[in-house]
Amino acid sequence: MNQGGPLLVLALCLLAPLAAGEIFYINVASQILIAAVFAASLNILVGYGGLVSLGHASFFGLAAYAIALLTTRWGYGHFAAILIALLFATLVACVFGAVSLRATGIPFLMITLALGQTLWGVAYRWADLTGGDNGITDVRRPVVLGIDLIEPTAFYLAMVGVLLATMAFLNVFVNSGLGMSLEGARDQPRRMRMLGHGVRMVQWLAFVISGFLAAVSGICFVYYHSYIHPHSLGLATSAEALLMVIAGGVATLAGPLVGAAIVVVFKMVVSAYVTRWVMLLGIVFVLIVIFIPEGVVPGLLRVARRFRVGAK
Amino acid sequence: MTAALEITRLSKHFGGLSAVDDVTIVVPGGDRRLLLGPNGAGKTTLFNLVTGELKPETGTVRLLGQDITRLAPYRCAHYGLARTYQILTLFPHSTLGESVILSMLGLRPERWNPFVRIRNRAAYWDRAVEALARVGLEAKARTRFGETSYGEKRRLEVALALAQGPKVLLLDEPLAGLSSEERFGMRALIESIPREITLMMIEHDMDTALEIAETVTVMHHGRVVAEGDRASIVRDPRVKEVYFAS
Repeated sequence: MNQGGPLLVLALCLLAPLAAGEIFYINVASQILIAAVFAASLNILVGYGGLVSLGHASFFGLAAYAIALLTTRWGYGHFAAILIALLFATLVACVFGAVSLRATGIPFLMITLALGQTLWGVAYRWADLTGGDNGITDVRRPVVLGIDLIEPTAFYLAMVGVLLATMAFLNVFVNSGLGMSLEGARDQPRRMRMLGHGVRMVQWLAFVISGFLAAVSGICFVYYHSYIHPHSLGLATSAEALLMVIAGGVATLAGPLVGAAIVVVFKMVVSAYVTRWVMLLGIVFVLIVIFIPEGVVPGLLRVARRFRVGAK
Repeated sequence: MTAALEITRLSKHFGGLSAVDDVTIVVPGGDRRLLLGPNGAGKTTLFNLVTGELKPETGTVRLLGQDITRLAPYRCAHYGLARTYQILTLFPHSTLGESVILSMLGLRPERWNPFVRIRNRAAYWDRAVEALARVGLEAKARTRFGETSYGEKRRLEVALALAQGPKVLLLDEPLAGLSSEERFGMRALIESIPREITLMMIEHDMDTALEIAETVTVMHHGRVVAEGDRASIVRDPRVKEVYFAS
């Protein structure tokens, strides 16, 4: 398939906030990209693995808390803090994956939900460490190659880099041996076992990779907001990412990006004009589920194909 | 000489039902073995016990001398065991070529690697097309599963199993649901499978199956009631009783 068109659209979308020039829009775009990386990480499980998780915010929030604690309380530099945060969240993903993948379907969803809510409860109650409901504030953004990321445009460009690296990896991953095995395990686990694939190990590796990418987005999130709260570990954050994936289109590379854009634009832009923006967002989701149940990206591709066939 | 497949005193119960009851079957290397029996005789359950998809209560299964009784199905595959399913168990979102690549990946370390593209890599694709050519589907390599006919899907079942390079292949009703023309093609396909691969086949189409098979095992109510070459089985009064009395 010719990838020139989609790449051009992506480049224009990424450049648009810079062209707009206003800091507000640049910040909105930064938040979209952070949410997109988080949704893309969940899409590995939901879209390619057929494993619907409601505890994915665990790795997002843990990495964010790790950065906040390491840099504001324990005096670590940013580089070391980022490495430790990624390692810590990924190790927790190893354990959570081993526990939750003893089941699939609804039981898997319930186990991930229980594990995620346990972490949320700990973050709320262990106030000496996490600040409880007050969270942890004053997380400073790092200076990279002499460029202070406190500058919105610099931070946005860093997020563009993170997103592009994530998309490039996922583009390889979904066509790799592990990515193909994951899709096979989603569609025909019984046959996959008989073909020699250790289905649970394939799913576990995907879970860990997915947890690692969620940790990357969590680190970006805490640097963006300079603040972390137990909410970021909880069910609402996991469910929001799930909605992004479903709205944009599961098992597509661009779907999570589009889904993230829809949610963040409603949160940041529409909310400035419409008080009941949450209701409006709900209506948008309902419309998507009714008219394009496969999600916005596959839905638009379907419509485009129909036009192309009609034009011939 | 070591048997290709040696099933010894294998039993499995579901509640009060004896699905497989003290079954012993020895399949020598290169054999074309037909497993016959009316519905509910325990044939598919026996296949599931051999492949590790079900765990037996008693008995052992040896594949080329190696005890595989308690092994998971994916580990049995690594020892050289492959099977097809009576109910199509294929990949609905993949092309036929991708399905065969998945089959080839099952026994290779690349299946764990998330950093190297496999899907459209020529080395894999060419071998997938070769594997499809063995079942006459090479022209359909880029066709999606949903766009193929039932007969082609049945052939794909066999292609996936053969692409694993098995030593023992279990075919579960490969002719089921096929037209007479498609049956003829499938029969030729099964007959073309090289002797290095030992075949054990469940089939209800007696005319075709008996032409392919060299030895026959007949099961009834979970037990082996007769075993022998084609001629002796056709004459055996117990077999007639099983088929006409059930």
